Amino acid sequence: MIVHWIHAHRDLAVVLLGTSFGLGARLLMLRADYRQYPAYPHGMIAHLALGLIAGALGSVAVPALYHNNYTAITFLSLAAQQFREVRNMERNSLEAIDRTELVSRGPAYIEGVAVVFEGRNYLAIFAALATTLTAFAAGWWAGIAAGLVSLGVVSRFMRGKSVSHIAKVEEAPIRLEGPNVYVGEVYMMNVGLEEDRDVIRSRGIGILLTPKNGNGRVTIANMGQRQAILYDASVRLGVYRDDGEPALVPLAKLNLETGQLAVLVLPRERDASKAVRAIENVPLLEGAIRLPTVANRRSAEGG
Amino acid sequence: MAKIVAVVTTAKDEVGGGAPIFIQPDPERMKKTAFLLEKLLDAAAHELNETVYLIVDRHPENG
Repeated sequence: MIVHWIHAHRDLAVVLLGTSFGLGARLLMLRADYRQYPAYPHGMIAHLALGLIAGALGSVAVPALYHNNYTAITFLSLAAQQFREVRNMERNSLEAIDRTELVSRGPAYIEGVAVVFEGRNYLAIFAALATTLTAFAAGWWAGIAAGLVSLGVVSRFMRGKSVSHIAKVEEAPIRLEGPNVYVGEVYMMNVGLEEDRDVIRSRGIGILLTPKNGNGRVTIANMGQRQAILYDASVRLGVYRDDGEPALVPLAKLNLETGQLAVLVLPRERDASKAVRAIENVPLLEGAIRLPTVANRRSAEGG
Repeated sequence: MAKIVAVVTTAKDEVGGGAPIFIQPDPERMKKTAFLLEKLLDAAAHELNETVYLIVDRHPENG
């Protein structure tokens, strides 16, 4: 019965196959960012719906092309326009939420998340396109195989690098000399009130990030990347602060001489090994990644 | 840029200028006033030396 239906409506069946792989790809990618956003059902539904549309757009183009309807390709440009809107939507809502956070994400992190959301819709289109094209050209099983391969490619693409790739993360002692707070050898800030010093002494965790090479050094120096580190650490460990407590703010400072980044966090849960792991897993922001050594090598080769 | 919104001191000869100055009789009162001002103004208290506390506002929207 089903086989008969599939043979009778070949175009539709192929489009459905492509669409479901597109949606599957979007679903796969949605799982990865539970930590950032969206954590609530309605945000997820919005993205699944867009994923479905992306999948449908990607797969509908193929049968149209097969029937010599070449203008169908303009359809895809419509999709691109649509998904640029997704990026704006994400940016706006994240910026609005950011003002209510105790530790903010910062504009660089928000931009990174927004770009990722746009990009993931294109990956969903790509998965749908690949599946439908192969199913049309080489049959069902080939189409399903191509879909699975594209899911694999997509999940590889989605996995960005994290801080552990560019820096060694370890705990460092917090030292207070009068009002001055140090993490390792790095001067962090001046805390005037004895109450705040007690909190830092008993609650604070100092973390030292040692960059593995010159590229890492420039990347962790980026202010947006630093804010992302503080934000993620605060999300994963909780944060011991309130509005109107400016002295109890998590902080990251550079050791200019060595390029090390010292981080002071005040978590709810005082577990240094968890803090180290949380910071190791902070994603590298696309806007923060710098590769000066590659750029210098290239320009040297180019003449 | 950060802005000094108040100065708390026990040595009135050491300070002067634009920000409101709170002159206190002893270090204990100075610390207490600095604590209160920190909470009231949502600005951080910093110990410049044993006799002077600065209340510094770092909110970018306050210039």
